[in-house]
Amino acid sequence: MSRRARLILFAVAAVGLAATLGVGLAGLPSFGGQITAYARMLNEAAPRQRHVTDVVSAISFDYRGIDTLFEEFILLAAVTGISVLLRPLSDETRQLPEDKAPARTIPPPSPAVWLLAVFLGSLLALTGLETVTHGQLTPGGGFQGGVVLASAFYVVYLGTNYTTVERYQPNALLEASDGVGASGYVLIGLLGLLAGTAFLSNVVGLGDTGNLISGGTIPLLNLVVGLEVAGGFAILASEFLDQTAVIRTRRR
Amino acid sequence: MSVLAYGVVAWLFLIGIYGVVTSRNLIHLVVCLSVAQSATDILLLEIGYRDGGHAPVFVSLPAHPGPAVDAVMQALALTDVVVGAAVTALLLALVVQVHKRAGTLDPDKLRSTRD
Repeated sequence: MSRRARLILFAVAAVGLAATLGVGLAGLPSFGGQITAYARMLNEAAPRQRHVTDVVSAISFDYRGIDTLFEEFILLAAVTGISVLLRPLSDETRQLPEDKAPARTIPPPSPAVWLLAVFLGSLLALTGLETVTHGQLTPGGGFQGGVVLASAFYVVYLGTNYTTVERYQPNALLEASDGVGASGYVLIGLLGLLAGTAFLSNVVGLGDTGNLISGGTIPLLNLVVGLEVAGGFAILASEFLDQTAVIRTRRR
Repeated sequence: MSVLAYGVVAWLFLIGIYGVVTSRNLIHLVVCLSVAQSATDILLLEIGYRDGGHAPVFVSLPAHPGPAVDAVMQALALTDVVVGAAVTALLLALVVQVHKRAGTLDPDKLRSTRD
């Protein structure tokens, strides 16, 4: 199809889409008005029932915990898919680039870069852990904190080089963290069955509202999700990095 | 106010799809898809918004009186963001392999390089 024909087809389809979207959006409750009865009920009940102060976490990991289980599996499937897509193919090989001038010494990273990496890396690790562990109290949780933790790994690469990163962030460990995180969610869900109630029931002691240890299974689920997301996003970065650093066409 | 708020959603979605349709570079196409997808985030948050509402986080309440916004929509937006990130990463991995096989990122030129 030529560009012109495609644009005309899009214009026709877009008008139809815009019209249906408009009708659909016009049927929504007016912006800034009332929120649904379900949401009002949860806002009121969650702090009392689950001893949490962040209702979003209570919904993600408790009231709608099974949704988050599948969300976690989507992420796991995506990371697995990327690892398969970016593996060395049949005509490719995995080797570090040859040094064409072995006599020349490679200058180390400048002290300023190194200092910034140390500073940023530790700050990101700390912020990530804080976000993961305080999910039941303040905005945050496993998904958000996991991504921050993974970006701490990226900073290590910026401040050092490929071989150092490979040595200190072995792929096996990252993959294990991804898998343990994903299966840990299921195992914590099984606690409910062991206690004689439903899967993913909040059966652990709830603690006092506003304390770090409160909310029962919610902080535990946040921890395993944080583990999975941090591992998964670190794998993503290393897979894309491998494409430019070590995976090259095999010489014939 | 409603017209403006929901109009932004429709505009973002359509402009994202327009970018996908007219794209000349696969990476640009993936970014356009993220733009279209961000319309759904905004829609979810707008449905859950309440005039003068504060975040559904009940810490130090005296400092933040008034109603809280819809926490369910915020949880759904979180799911949306995570799925969006997964899709973007997977598509970019496909783009890397397409570039290796076809030597181009222009979707229009892919046809002529097919064996």
